[in-house]
Amino acid sequence: MSMPAYYTVKDKIWHYTFRVICYAIFFFLLAPILIMIPLSFNAQPFFTFTREMLTLNPDGYSLRWYRDFLGSESWMRSIRNSFSIGIAATIVSTTLGTLAALGLSRSEMPAKGLIMGILISPMIVPLIISAAGMFFFFSSINIAQTYLGVVLAHAALGTPFVVITVTATLVGFDQSLIRAAANLGASPTRTFFKITMPLILPGVVSGALFAFITSFDEIVVVLFVAGVEQRTIPREMWSGIREDISPTILAVATILVMISIALLTVVELLRRRGERLRGVTPG
Amino acid sequence: MAIQSATSEEGAIGTATDSRGRLVTSDGTPLRRALERANRRRKLTALALVAPLLAFILIFFAFPIAQMMWRSVDNPQIVNALPRTLVALEDWDGQGVPDEPVFAALHADMMEDLDRPRREQAIGPLGIRLNYELSAARSAISRTARSVPNFEEPYRDAFTDAHRLWGQPELWQIIKREGRPLTLSYYVAALDREYDADGNIVKRPENRQIYVSLFGRTLALSVAITFMTFILGFPIAYYLSTLPMRYANLLMIAVLLPFWTSLLVRTSAWIVLLQQQGVINNALVGMGFIGDDGRFSLIYNQTGTIIAMTHILLPFMVLPLYSVMRTIPPSYMRAAKSLGARPWTAFRRVYFPQTLPGIGAGGVLVFIISIGYYITPALVGGQSGRMISNEIARHIQQSLNWGLAAALGTMLLVGVLVLYWLYNRLVGADSLKLG
Repeated sequence: MSMPAYYTVKDKIWHYTFRVICYAIFFFLLAPILIMIPLSFNAQPFFTFTREMLTLNPDGYSLRWYRDFLGSESWMRSIRNSFSIGIAATIVSTTLGTLAALGLSRSEMPAKGLIMGILISPMIVPLIISAAGMFFFFSSINIAQTYLGVVLAHAALGTPFVVITVTATLVGFDQSLIRAAANLGASPTRTFFKITMPLILPGVVSGALFAFITSFDEIVVVLFVAGVEQRTIPREMWSGIREDISPTILAVATILVMISIALLTVVELLRRRGERLRGVTPG
Repeated sequence: MAIQSATSEEGAIGTATDSRGRLVTSDGTPLRRALERANRRRKLTALALVAPLLAFILIFFAFPIAQMMWRSVDNPQIVNALPRTLVALEDWDGQGVPDEPVFAALHADMMEDLDRPRREQAIGPLGIRLNYELSAARSAISRTARSVPNFEEPYRDAFTDAHRLWGQPELWQIIKREGRPLTLSYYVAALDREYDADGNIVKRPENRQIYVSLFGRTLALSVAITFMTFILGFPIAYYLSTLPMRYANLLMIAVLLPFWTSLLVRTSAWIVLLQQQGVINNALVGMGFIGDDGRFSLIYNQTGTIIAMTHILLPFMVLPLYSVMRTIPPSYMRAAKSLGARPWTAFRRVYFPQTLPGIGAGGVLVFIISIGYYITPALVGGQSGRMISNEIARHIQQSLNWGLAAALGTMLLVGVLVLYWLYNRLVGADSLKLG
């Protein structure tokens, strides 16, 4: 937004005011997340900057909340749970979702709109309603408070993201490549792994990432369906906030922010790679 | 055979005709039928690819929700526990206390129930069910059930002596009214209504009206949050859309980082910032703007819910707005100005109308998400910032009135689905883009 030469003083004032407003909003978006990082090194059990921290006195800072986090059996269990449930749910939803997307993007698919509506419904239905329904149903078939129950629930919540991203990738997919492969004598399975898969892989990977994040960050269903054994990181933070509020959750939050920065980078790189492959250069 | 040969059949197009001059494939089947068969086969393959996920979603997602919605009208407890009593009550006119035959039937029903194995007894659920309509009914039932084996005729006196509630017409009216397999009473309660003595649906007394105002508050908070995300989202989406891609992508991180950060992290960040001893209040006191006793209550009320949820949902407004604004050519604004429009007029008459699809998409998206939000209101909302989801969760986990929770949930779900349908009509579900 460079300033044209014909701008009057009033235009210039507005131009700068507008920028200040925009940066204030960016500040509103980022500051709450970033402010937790220094606070997590607090030597005192407070959620605010102490006098020592403000004067940059090294005594004001410590790693005690990180030690607390690493030394806590329940936090460690929640990390194991979050990753194992997340990975298992991602495998289920990515496999089922990719297959379904392949079917949905065929022109012969009957009742496409209706089926698509059902498949993406887990994204639209409020989580509290999904969680309540699953709570009753899973209790009645005895998989509430089991790993299986949580994984199935998270897989269901993650599939819409896989279906949407893979379907989007398949829009630009050249169907004649499949016919060419068949013409050259490849079996459908071989065609899938040699031709289709490499081409839709960016879509599948970003869909899988979304599915993983959905599970990793999910708390409502966990609150209803999981037992003490299956507590995930968000569930542990929930109790941390509600019951014994200690700066340990700030240490955990800092680590999670680092993880999301890493994931954001991966997605951005995937996007750029996808654009490069499709011949679109970022302007 | 037909299935495997579909490809070769297609390959044989136009090579031969049969005696009546129709095109046939190399093995003699009419071409039309061969093509139909091939089409059907392709359709089946497509369906087979979708089937596993469709089955999975139907079993583990759609069915549980349908089952939960069924709970909002399902009413088996009284029918199961008191079959004879209900038959005897058919002749009762609804006035006063029923006569001896009804009490004899009640005695027979309860005696039969006591003979059943404990797990199958219908008396416990009956007490819980009646308690939703009339508090104290549960204790009346359980206390009576213990002494029923010692009852002697006349049963009417025996029951009314065991608990005064049996002598009240109100209890009998409820049993008669709710003694059928389906009920609307959970919806009646969810709309802050109740049945009066004549069986008409009337408003509840003022002090027991909760849910209508809670739905109203949920709507008001969602509107406020949607409006806030619009006010904050529009300028930055516009700013980003005017920047060269390179800088826009860089600044976009400010929008995407919160989007990718755990919900619990963002919520606890706001607790850290907003609480009485939190960063904002401490800074204001430290700089001398407010006294130590003048700290603002920014959290555990509606303010807290609105601030935290605006922050959490802002990316959902910015992303669709940004993608629409990117497609608006800047030359339109220049044209408007060169034709003599003042900047404000040009913006209002030329630019703004073109952003409406983005505003619609972002607005409905934010509104749909916020109307069913649970976590953030539960953590930072306190009493005044509670929303309908919190009440649903409370009825499932604490008060255990699952029928009422199901009725409230069904109403919420129908509302969200109607909104989503509108959203679809407005912008099309395809515009749901991620990241």
